Amino acid sequence: MYNRVGVIGNINSIMALKAVGVEVFNATSADQAIELVKKLSNGEFAVLFIEETLAQQIPDVLQKAKTKPYPAIVPIPSAKGATGFGMQGIKNDVEKAIGTDILFNKEETTNGR
Amino acid sequence: MARLNVNPTRMELKRLKGRLKTATRGYQLLKDKTDEMVRRFIIIARKNKQLRQEVEKELVFALQNFALAKSLTDSTQVEEAFLMPSKTIKLQCKKSVIMNVPVPDITISQQQSQGLPYSFLSMTADMDSVVFAMDKLLEKMIQLATVEKTCNMLADEIEKNKRRVNALENIMIPQMQETIKYIAMKLDEDERASTVRLMKVKSIIQKERN
Repeated sequence: MYNRVGVIGNINSIMALKAVGVEVFNATSADQAIELVKKLSNGEFAVLFIEETLAQQIPDVLQKAKTKPYPAIVPIPSAKGATGFGMQGIKNDVEKAIGTDILFNKEETTNGR
Repeated sequence: MARLNVNPTRMELKRLKGRLKTATRGYQLLKDKTDEMVRRFIIIARKNKQLRQEVEKELVFALQNFALAKSLTDSTQVEEAFLMPSKTIKLQCKKSVIMNVPVPDITISQQQSQGLPYSFLSMTADMDSVVFAMDKLLEKMIQLATVEKTCNMLADEIEKNKRRVNALENIMIPQMQETIKYIAMKLDEDERASTVRLMKVKSIIQKERN
């Protein structure tokens, strides 16, 4: 149980991950992604990477998955570059836990100096 | 603050005093728990941010290189090359506990490697370097997954805990204090009433005797 790694996204851009032993699932639309996430959350996959562009379209499903320890669903950037969705996730967590975003604010002020 | 709907009896007073004691103690404990969780959360969140920055940068770089390398080769050939991966990774998943929150602990346990999934003839050297870069990156990505999930779950738990602390601090404890005060007043009042009644009866009897 919980010993496989999967990645959901456009097959053309994530095919390289297949070479290193990650299982690749093709999804180009939000519906396909939702279906795949549901199918793969059955207890075999410990980690699911999902392309940021897809993850952005299915916030509800990801939110639901956050309450369980497995699978860990992690947004990753595609070849087009990071959209900042993953960073936003960390920011949201910090805001949720502490009430205000101290991690990113601090950086901005130190950068500004 | 509304008081609880209870009968003003000695029994109830004793029970409420006990509950107030428990609530106050629980409140202190939960508050300490939140403090410690926030401390750990900040450490993990920092790590999460740093890891994510690294992974995002390296992964985008690797994926872009892959796209470039792919464009130099026939697409069917690329698909064929990647159709059968020569590698399988198995993860080892444990559940560790941070402040009573079960969080995942994922490590790559076994990695059967036979190098590249294709022959050197069929692909360009660029592709080889992409695959090797990915290989290196994978461990970091798994680490990111663990850290990010831990971060998520801790944030959730901290929020829940804060709610509990707030409920105790602002609702439960004041309500009980109010009710205890009310019952004490009521009991005192009853006692005074009975004393006055006795005095009155005594004076009536005295008057009749005279």
